[in-house]
Amino acid sequence: MLFDIEINGQQVSAKRGETIMEVLDRVGVKVPTLCYMPGFSPTGGCRMCIVEVDGIDSLVPACSHPVEEWMKIKTHSPRVLKARKTLVELLLASHPDDCLYCDRNGTCELQDLAAELNIRERNYRTKRQNVQVDRACSSIERNPAKCILCGHCIRVCDEVMGVSAIDVIGRGSDSRIGTTYNKGLNFSGCVKCGQCIMACPTAALTEKPGLQTVIEALNNPELYTIIQFSPTVAASIAEEFNLKASKDIPNLVRTAFKDMGFRQAFDVSMASDLVIMEAAAEFNERFGSKERLPLFTSSCPSWVKYIEDQRPRYISHLSSTRSPQQMMGRIIKSYITSSAGQKSENVFVVSVMPCTSKKHEAELDRQKETKSKYVDAVITTRELVKLIKILGIDFKTLEPEPTDTAFSMRSSAGMLFGISGGSLEGLLRTVYFNMTSQEMSPIKINDLRGLKNRKEARVKIGKQFLNVVAVNGLANAKALLDDIEAGRCDYQIVEVMACPFGCINGGGQLIDSDEKKLKTRMKALYDVDDEEMIKVAHKNPIITDIYEKFLSKPNSERNRQFLHTERIKAEET
Amino acid sequence: MHMEEIVEKILPRYTPEKKDGLIPILQEVQKEQGYLTEEAVEKIGKYLNLPVNKIYGVAAFYDQFRFRRAGHFHVQICHGTTCHLFGASTYLNEIEKQLKIKAGSTSRDRRFSLEIVNCLGACNQAPVLKVNDTYYPMVTPDDLTRIIRTIKEKTE
Repeated sequence: MLFDIEINGQQVSAKRGETIMEVLDRVGVKVPTLCYMPGFSPTGGCRMCIVEVDGIDSLVPACSHPVEEWMKIKTHSPRVLKARKTLVELLLASHPDDCLYCDRNGTCELQDLAAELNIRERNYRTKRQNVQVDRACSSIERNPAKCILCGHCIRVCDEVMGVSAIDVIGRGSDSRIGTTYNKGLNFSGCVKCGQCIMACPTAALTEKPGLQTVIEALNNPELYTIIQFSPTVAASIAEEFNLKASKDIPNLVRTAFKDMGFRQAFDVSMASDLVIMEAAAEFNERFGSKERLPLFTSSCPSWVKYIEDQRPRYISHLSSTRSPQQMMGRIIKSYITSSAGQKSENVFVVSVMPCTSKKHEAELDRQKETKSKYVDAVITTRELVKLIKILGIDFKTLEPEPTDTAFSMRSSAGMLFGISGGSLEGLLRTVYFNMTSQEMSPIKINDLRGLKNRKEARVKIGKQFLNVVAVNGLANAKALLDDIEAGRCDYQIVEVMACPFGCINGGGQLIDSDEKKLKTRMKALYDVDDEEMIKVAHKNPIITDIYEKFLSKPNSERNRQFLHTERIKAEET
Repeated sequence: MHMEEIVEKILPRYTPEKKDGLIPILQEVQKEQGYLTEEAVEKIGKYLNLPVNKIYGVAAFYDQFRFRRAGHFHVQICHGTTCHLFGASTYLNEIEKQLKIKAGSTSRDRRFSLEIVNCLGACNQAPVLKVNDTYYPMVTPDDLTRIIRTIKEKTE
């Protein structure tokens, strides 16, 4: 039912059941908020969105208060502004004054709010809390001193990821966000996805910094630094530096890497092609023997960690292939290193990923004998932006450099790994070829595209049908596992990306990622797929070359040692 | 009794589908063990299909749940409104000083532990102190000195 209400003296139509906030959003009146999350039920916790309603004595929170016909609302009256200002001042009272040195300087919502409300002095002070920064985790740092208790991280961890690694501990003014028995993230079942960092309005949650080691390596003349980057990174860099989509952005980014001092730069999609080749061979073997099906993809380290920690009975279902990052690291440290005439101990591999979990993965996956890492440092897209700024790279004057190394060649199937459903699509193209010796036609699988959380497809291969599903958001994966366990569905391949919509929205991406930006990033990758000549991994000449010269048949013993991993089985409790 | 036995004895009395059994379970476990161990919380989580962090979050909300072993003498001081008006804060400070422990902790030698409770339900008897199962109503400063001296002597 539609009716009119009055907002700041103007008549606006509203629907029954809408909250004040939804009406304000629609008519373009902006009220600040710290705890409101679109798509989640409101909590009304931060009180920043309070508005004045005639006839109600106290100020009401717009995010959780439904509109009613008689309402006359003032969103920026002196009373409201004064109350809002006081609220922010009270939040600042226990917040450290180190904005200039803060990781989120410039992207902090609290800082923005203090500026918007024109706060110019500290009116309240509290005793400094004695808090410890949780630095033990290899992906995520948690600094409770900067926490404003908005609860975003908890809700994302609960409702989107289904992990519940953190929760509110204590009560009233003593409450804080913490982990069980204060043991820190490492012991809390955290899967290192970093979605909490994306949700955090301040710098209470940040990635484990990796920039300094990269800068040191670049300045070390004895080291031969090689960088590998995820294709989603290029799209985000274009976004951050306002580069036109018409420019050849991957090659522009490649030039930037050269200017920074990296000796070689590789698109990690090449390794994604390898993953496809190996996983397809693995699937065909399992499909033939009807064992360990459905096959779970293993490119997302958060998903792998989730299975290892919480659903160990499915470990054998995971594909044993390493993730693209680790495969690339292995190829670089062996094949590419020797063809460049370098010793592997002098090679320093950096990878840029839209992901915090990859930091954790690189730390764990080491060579057995020497314990040396395959990937020496992992930085997130955010950190790459910082590095570009630190080193004064100016994209306006850069010219895209034509691809100079053969290894930059990749099929567009490998490019699709960044989007939920993409790696499954790429994998199916090769599975189809392996089973029928023909190319799939049409090559696009539209059912696996788009911003849905669970995308199912039924693919006809020869005379057989494959039921496949791509899921994003671990909470949805959890529901899927429950369905599989209860026998409610039957799939042959399951692709899971821990982050909602896949790596384009990874925990290492730029902070303000809204749906429009995600769509742009997604389109950028699908566009490449449309234009690319080589759309399937098995047609990539470099892959064929590597298999001939260096590896043996996909999923063979030699490759298993080289490109596959043994899953660590957590003790079943 | 061993922790596992305790938890296994208590859990079957509750249905795993009903999450509202959580607090009674925690209370029973604490009653048996004296405090909530990590292992117990994990077992409860597995039984009720609840994340361990959620259970810890719930338990940490209430003052009644402890995560450390209580001392030989467990001192509870009421800090409800009436007891507060009757000087509970001053008493608390004095106990902390005398026993050399902070509220919510246990002394290293496990002789004493101190806990603030919200209301013991005896406001007409304020200020109220409870040591193990003994209540001390209308405590005066002299009473306090005597109580502390006694528990100190008894554990020496």
